[in-house]
Amino acid sequence: MPPDDLIVTSGLGHRYGAGTEQEVTALEGVDLRIAQGEFVAVIGPNGSGKSTLARHLNALLLPTEGRVTVNGLDTRDPDHHWSIRQTVGMVFQNPDNQIVATVVEEDVAFGPENLAVPPEEIRRRVDEALALVRMQDYARHAPHLLSGGQKQRVAIAGALAMRPACLVLDEATAMLDPRGRREVLQTVRRLNRDEGLTVVLITHFMEEAALADRVVVLDRGHLVMDGRPEEVFSEVDFLEGIGLGVPQIVGVRRLLEEAGHPIPPSVLTLEAMVDFLCP
Amino acid sequence: MSMFRDITIGQYLSGSSVVHRLDPRTKITIVGVFMVVLFAATDAAAYATLTAFTVLAVHLARVPARMLLRGLRPVLILLVLTFTLQLFLTPGRTMFTLGPLVASWEGLRMGLFMVARLLLLLVMASLLTLTTSPVSLTDGLESILAPFRVVGLPAHELAMMMTIALRFIPTLMEEADKIMKAQMARGADFESRSLSRRIRSLVPLLVPLFVSAFRRADELATAMEARCYRGGRHRTRLNRLRATALDAAAAALTGFMAAVVIGLRWWPG
Repeated sequence: MPPDDLIVTSGLGHRYGAGTEQEVTALEGVDLRIAQGEFVAVIGPNGSGKSTLARHLNALLLPTEGRVTVNGLDTRDPDHHWSIRQTVGMVFQNPDNQIVATVVEEDVAFGPENLAVPPEEIRRRVDEALALVRMQDYARHAPHLLSGGQKQRVAIAGALAMRPACLVLDEATAMLDPRGRREVLQTVRRLNRDEGLTVVLITHFMEEAALADRVVVLDRGHLVMDGRPEEVFSEVDFLEGIGLGVPQIVGVRRLLEEAGHPIPPSVLTLEAMVDFLCP
Repeated sequence: MSMFRDITIGQYLSGSSVVHRLDPRTKITIVGVFMVVLFAATDAAAYATLTAFTVLAVHLARVPARMLLRGLRPVLILLVLTFTLQLFLTPGRTMFTLGPLVASWEGLRMGLFMVARLLLLLVMASLLTLTTSPVSLTDGLESILAPFRVVGLPAHELAMMMTIALRFIPTLMEEADKIMKAQMARGADFESRSLSRRIRSLVPLLVPLFVSAFRRADELATAMEARCYRGGRHRTRLNRLRATALDAAAAALTGFMAAVVIGLRWWPG
């Protein structure tokens, strides 16, 4: 295994309620390698196993088949769980249900407190994490008074304070308004680019997936596509066949091409289109 | 119209007075000692000492008197009732009669002491919650209860439960408000005058609220696990409680007050 592979899943399968009548196969034979510093988006229709996959990446769920390693540590070994969860931080969908404390900075401190980090070091990490998500002015605020996007940034800071190598966002933008979504996406993109943080973005917004370096498509528990966004989003018919769309810009690009104006396939966002058309 | 908007949790009044700056453990202990001493007081001199202590505490805390009085309003009936019962039911020298009821001088004395005792107790307890934020109150309780872990008291878990409750009360209130509006939009009646109808109308509010609270609890537990939470063992804290010279002074003053009151009881004169 090359040392730069942070997370490796091999033949990963997960069945809920194994051995009962309601047995459901959520994942089957998923082979995925995520390298240090990558920005990977995972897309798929509802029920395709995206969240199940996310929860395998930090040992919240354990494989019923195959295996998952994080930094070479097998998630099936309970002795590794805390080290794995420290390495892979996670942000969940509902901003309200992942904030524990009644003051922002105390919530950010929750992870390092659990890791028994000394108080002076916790203070340093909290200030640093809040600065990274640009929430330092809200350190003494009550979380329930923040906007959705701000709450998710606090949740990201809470994960960052554990000094993870990877951040998994499990549909973390699904409950936010467009502005909150933009705040969160800009934050994770910056963390990926400037801090070298590995990001796994689980989403059902195609525009968000277009921002990643790599897009992984899941369908009914199988990994059906894995490639650069321009490769994945050029398979419009395939994606529509499994109930996914493509970013709106891809449709615009197609219309322009049909009208005789070729556009390079790397143009996947509105900004890129504007830059291309008006250089 | 939001039914829940006016409810604030606790009644903390932020400030920077010496009382605000005391370590929460000191304040909790002082209130505890005060309560015990209060029950040892039997004569006017002891009550005067306790009252002086309370007045000094209120003065130092710079809490507006009307905030304290507001806290006393709900117990006014209790105070009047206590006084009346003591006045008429204590046997002794007759002061006046009211039909079959005989008010005694001893009753008057007992009644006054009883009311003073309740008032002082309430003022000191309100002062604690007015000058201590819920967060430091929880931290203080956890720290005070920590030694009892050896006998199996889950001090950290209790404090964590309090923190989570404080964190989620505003969230659940907001949710209750939302559910209520949704049910009202479908014709639910929350403002009926009939009590039974009003109680029945709570069912469509409480059922979804509980379902959602359980879902939230489940998600929160997962999120806590993802952040390496594994109970109170081997846990450090961002903000450690620190007792200062101020706490020593407060403790000394409390000790002096307690000595005077107890001295008056057992070595009168």
